Amino acid sequence: MIVASAANVLVWMVWVAAAFACLGTGVAVVSFSNPFYSALSLIGNLASLAVMYLLLSAEFVAAAQVLVYAGAVMVMFLFVIAYLGGRADAPWHGAPNWQTVGAVAASAAIFVEVVVVIGLKTGGRLSNSADIESSFGRPYEIGRLFLTDQLLTFEITSIVLLVAAVGGVILGSHSRDAPIAETEQ
Amino acid sequence: MKGPDVTWYLCVSAFLFCTGALGVLIRRSPLIVLLSLEIMLNGANLALIAFSRHYGQGDGQIFALAVMAVAASEVVVGLGLIVAIARRRLDLDVDKLSTLRG
Repeated sequence: MIVASAANVLVWMVWVAAAFACLGTGVAVVSFSNPFYSALSLIGNLASLAVMYLLLSAEFVAAAQVLVYAGAVMVMFLFVIAYLGGRADAPWHGAPNWQTVGAVAASAAIFVEVVVVIGLKTGGRLSNSADIESSFGRPYEIGRLFLTDQLLTFEITSIVLLVAAVGGVILGSHSRDAPIAETEQ
Repeated sequence: MKGPDVTWYLCVSAFLFCTGALGVLIRRSPLIVLLSLEIMLNGANLALIAFSRHYGQGDGQIFALAVMAVAASEVVVGLGLIVAIARRRLDLDVDKLSTLRG
């Protein structure tokens, strides 16, 4: 029992560290005025989320998160930010206006509502998680689900990716003869 | 299940979603709006994976992977738009991009 509770304490400590890293970097992404620092904070956010996925025994999703998100997607972001240079800066404008105050109030209201609903309505129902087999979250199990029960999801995902690739090529091609508006500053 | 139960993960997920929504609402740089959208999607992903673990079913993880693919697509199109806007020498400010406003 002592060994079991020590492992429990260790998991709690890792969870608290990952959760605070996650929340802190999330706030940092929104508040930095230099998008380069925002993108770097988002990489930290994605990495701490991957730690939480590991605690939830979703090993394959954690690996995909680090490879696809923190690797590929964020490199694309950093590339575009470097391409734009100083034009990408996003300074805060003066004193907070009523729109900002309203947005903060609305977000805080949604958060409080969600937490209250989780606390009141679920009660103790979420405290006893199902027992899982050792194959849960492993690549074998994910692949089996993708090719049997969730085949439609798999196909739709591939179509979405194809459409996005075509859209990216069209948006990035120079051959459009739309006028480059020099005067439309 | 060792460590915190699903409720705690859901609270973190809700906070992430609200932070992302706040960023989308108050920031004017389209780059930071895209980064905030990523935070919102990741908040949803965390909830999906927490419930997947809670019910012991892998389908939530499949859905999280699909969300990841959608996020990658969204980033491709969004960054393509931002580069196209920058090439036309327009301001990178979502409040000033009002050409399509009716």
